[in-house]
Amino acid sequence: MLAYIIRRVAQSVLVLLVVGLVAFAMFRFVGDPVDNMLGQERTVADIERLRSELGLDQNFAVQYYKFLTNAVQGNFGLSYRQGRPVADILIERLPATLELAFVSGLLALIGGIGLGIYTAIRRRGISANIIMTASLIGVSLPTFLIGILLIYVFSVELGWLPSFGRGEVTFVNGWSTGFLTKSGLQALILPAITLGLYQMTLIMRLVRTEMLEVLRMDYIRFARARGIRERSINFRHALKNTLVPVITITGLQLGSIIAFAIITETVFQWPGVGLLFINAIQFVDIPVMAAYLMMISVMFVGINLIVDMLYFAIDPRLRVDRSAAGGH
Amino acid sequence: MTDAPVTTPAPKVRDSRFRRIWESDFMWSFRHAPVAIASFAVVLILILSAVFAPLIAPFDPFNPASLNLMNGFTPPGEANAFTGDTFLLGTDDQGRDVFSTILYGMRISLFVGFAAVFLAMLIGITLGLIAGYVGGWTETIIMRIADVQLTFPAILVAMLIFGIAKGITPPAYRDQMALWVLILAIGLSDWVQFARVVRGTTLVEKNKEYVQAARLIGRSPIIIMLKHILPNVLNPVLVIATISLALAIIAEATLSFLGVGAPPTKPSLGTLIRIGQEFMFSGEWWILLFPAGTLLALALSINLLGDWLRDALNPRLR
Repeated sequence: MLAYIIRRVAQSVLVLLVVGLVAFAMFRFVGDPVDNMLGQERTVADIERLRSELGLDQNFAVQYYKFLTNAVQGNFGLSYRQGRPVADILIERLPATLELAFVSGLLALIGGIGLGIYTAIRRRGISANIIMTASLIGVSLPTFLIGILLIYVFSVELGWLPSFGRGEVTFVNGWSTGFLTKSGLQALILPAITLGLYQMTLIMRLVRTEMLEVLRMDYIRFARARGIRERSINFRHALKNTLVPVITITGLQLGSIIAFAIITETVFQWPGVGLLFINAIQFVDIPVMAAYLMMISVMFVGINLIVDMLYFAIDPRLRVDRSAAGGH
Repeated sequence: MTDAPVTTPAPKVRDSRFRRIWESDFMWSFRHAPVAIASFAVVLILILSAVFAPLIAPFDPFNPASLNLMNGFTPPGEANAFTGDTFLLGTDDQGRDVFSTILYGMRISLFVGFAAVFLAMLIGITLGLIAGYVGGWTETIIMRIADVQLTFPAILVAMLIFGIAKGITPPAYRDQMALWVLILAIGLSDWVQFARVVRGTTLVEKNKEYVQAARLIGRSPIIIMLKHILPNVLNPVLVIATISLALAIIAEATLSFLGVGAPPTKPSLGTLIRIGQEFMFSGEWWILLFPAGTLLALALSINLLGDWLRDALNPRLR
């Protein structure tokens, strides 16, 4: 167990070092930041001054070392576009993305497990079949189209909900939250559905398949023979045994919720880190891109690590011989 | 009874190639899957109309000479109040025929999609074959890179590659290079699936007797990989390629929609949706709805086709 944990942590650190190298390479070799920051009218003195201000006149090794030490301290230099420290911008934008991701993750989990159980138990029902067909379309529908569709129905036609922004936010200890105001909550509804819908269909189909598999097992038949109530069989015996794969997949999906937030945030002009990243790509703002990459990698690698440990802790069969499982 | 029984020679059915294919298991399964036939028909029609767009499209939307600003915002099927012209699916703000822009846009979407999948296939098959056949350190390195990349969603990797490539190309060439950068970004973000499957199959095949025999008679490893092992991995590769095509088209549309893809001078379906979204609030729904519907039809039917293909080519399900 301990050896396994140490190996996984070492792997994670290695992955982060590789990503760090990519981020540094972006800093060092992509475009000419001085070009991007100074417009058409510039003097040689301007260029030289900015060059030394950004530390671009030092040699490769020094720059790499400086990048690494700075990155560990959360210092990614100045944004080429805004001229402010990247870390400040990220921290300012992060609450918006985390709140959105949290709500849509919750939505996906509750909706997905609920609908999954329902469609598995009422396998031949009409409503279950309708839900299954709808989920197939949901999987093929690109996220941005879902967002546009929701905006069209609920903002343009019905006029019920706002189509962009976060509404009114309040600050609690420097954390900007939209949970406390009515307009903030209203603004959250459409983006959260947009972001959560795809994950919801995924979780739903997974829960349904696993549930159907388990319901066919002998111990379920015995439970029925013993006269245990149907509700108790479905939830206590069947559901419990489907949760292992559901937890792993859901955990891994958390990462993609944060990544897909980029799309949702752009559709709804949601002022989070995703929108920041897209704008950074459009304007080739390398420090922001690199910092975002590092930040999201730490999240992804962390989530993967936790999920692996969780899997290991939940399912005792895996403890015997991990290497035989293959695939990894 | 002395006569030997006259054996009439069986009428010689010409066992044409077409007939053999038509009677094969694969075609049998196709002929009995209405969903597959329908989605194949939709895909075929869309691809053909994209290929022959210059012949089908009533207007050339990118020829300024054929545009009339007075025709802007004509609703579909109605005559324009000023010029009296009618357009099947209406016009956008600049008086461009929406039907024609969709045909040309689909051309770009499909071109990027096919090219990106081809690139992903090329990289994935090559690295998968090498990893599986050579083994050792080479394999470890290739598969580790694949694992690391798989930690990140493909769309994020594509965005990042697009951003980096955009930074490297000089500003003057950015619009010109955008499509190729897009292909590179989506292709590089999607090779892992191919590499994993090809490696897996190669590991199984390389220990079989025919490969050992080929090695014994001294054929070079490259010939063995390409001529003996490659044909055996093509079925799963075909399935992944089909599903990848749908994903690549959606990825392209997403990137273009976000403004980090096809340039406005060469609008793909995603760019058209991005443009259409601006007019959603003012009531010109057709500028948005028709490109969005086309994208959905394309992605959905390719997905359904891929689903069927996976079942049809899977020997375990027969």
